[in-house]
Amino acid sequence: MEVGQMQRSLVDYTKSLFLEGVLDGQFLQLQQLQDETNPDFVAEVVSLFFEDSQRLLNDLTRTLDQPNVDFKIVDAHVHQLKGSSSSIGAQRVKNSCIAFRNFCEAQNIEGCMRCLQQVKQEYFLAKNKLETLFRLEQQIVAAGGSIPMMELSF
Amino acid sequence: MGMAAAESQFHVLAVDDSVIDRKLIERLLKTSSYQVTTVDSGSKALQFLGLYEEAEEDQQTNPPQTPCVSPTNNHHQEVEVNLVITDYCMPGMTGYDLLKKIKESSSLRNIPVVIMSSENVPSRISRCLEEGAEEFFLKPVRLSDLNRLKPHIMKTKIKDQQNLEKLEESEETQFQSPPPTLPLQEQQQQQQEQQPPSNNKRKAMEEGLSPDRTRPRYNGIATPV
Repeated sequence: MEVGQMQRSLVDYTKSLFLEGVLDGQFLQLQQLQDETNPDFVAEVVSLFFEDSQRLLNDLTRTLDQPNVDFKIVDAHVHQLKGSSSSIGAQRVKNSCIAFRNFCEAQNIEGCMRCLQQVKQEYFLAKNKLETLFRLEQQIVAAGGSIPMMELSF
Repeated sequence: MGMAAAESQFHVLAVDDSVIDRKLIERLLKTSSYQVTTVDSGSKALQFLGLYEEAEEDQQTNPPQTPCVSPTNNHHQEVEVNLVITDYCMPGMTGYDLLKKIKESSSLRNIPVVIMSSENVPSRISRCLEEGAEEFFLKPVRLSDLNRLKPHIMKTKIKDQQNLEKLEESEETQFQSPPPTLPLQEQQQQQQEQQPPSNNKRKAMEEGLSPDRTRPRYNGIATPV
């Protein structure tokens, strides 16, 4: 594939992530903070997000499996996940965390279990899409092209 | 840190338990030309600022030899910090606790503190502002939010300089140095912006400010090199 075509498909792909609500404007903020002195900033922050989320999702699964669920711990984990997803602009993960916290407050275990599945689903979706996005970027760079800047009009 | 470095770059201490948010705030601050130190807890922040519980007790029984007029008392603080920006919700010491510790400390209370939180809770915001926080930023913090930091740093600089002048009266000749150019202009702008647009007041202010031009900057003297 020629570079111009790859650049266009990266732009289209990025746009689709915003239209589907996978990403929000915060992701563009991250991209704005990336420059020649920090060429991998976005990928670094996002990989920290993957590590952190994976740990929190494991902890949440374990905590909700206990016979006596400690909702304070559940809420603390969800709060952290909500914070980090909002910091990288993973909008759908963030939104499912908001719903999760409501069930947590109500100490509704079935609701919490459903939300955990929902959060996991959104997390893997975001992870998948972001990995594809970075792969497209790498292919463009490998072909000697530059990454097109996204417009801030979302 | 020499004088030139201190003038071109203000030093911000950023406190957040989330590694993602630390990376983000560090990048935001560096992009805005601040020198940044990040720590992951309130107690590490106090340690970095040189505030230990023992040191506080020590100060009560054996007051330091120099009067405690500024946040950069050599006795306590090894590196000058011009502003602390802290997350509100942290395990152990919260950002609110850290704010209180800083404002209760005679050596640190002049350092402006900014609180960040992902939750928009009005009672929390007002509690922090009442306790002496300069700003409350909703997370995620954006580049545009950081424009609000500089005025607080400059305000503190002016206060520090006024405090220093009292100290300096007797030893002025020892510290002759050329007047700074840009930062002072910024200070003047800052002061003028804070004044209501009354000619008399501005005139009085300018008269009050003019001796500053021949005064050395506080940084060069009190910051350990």
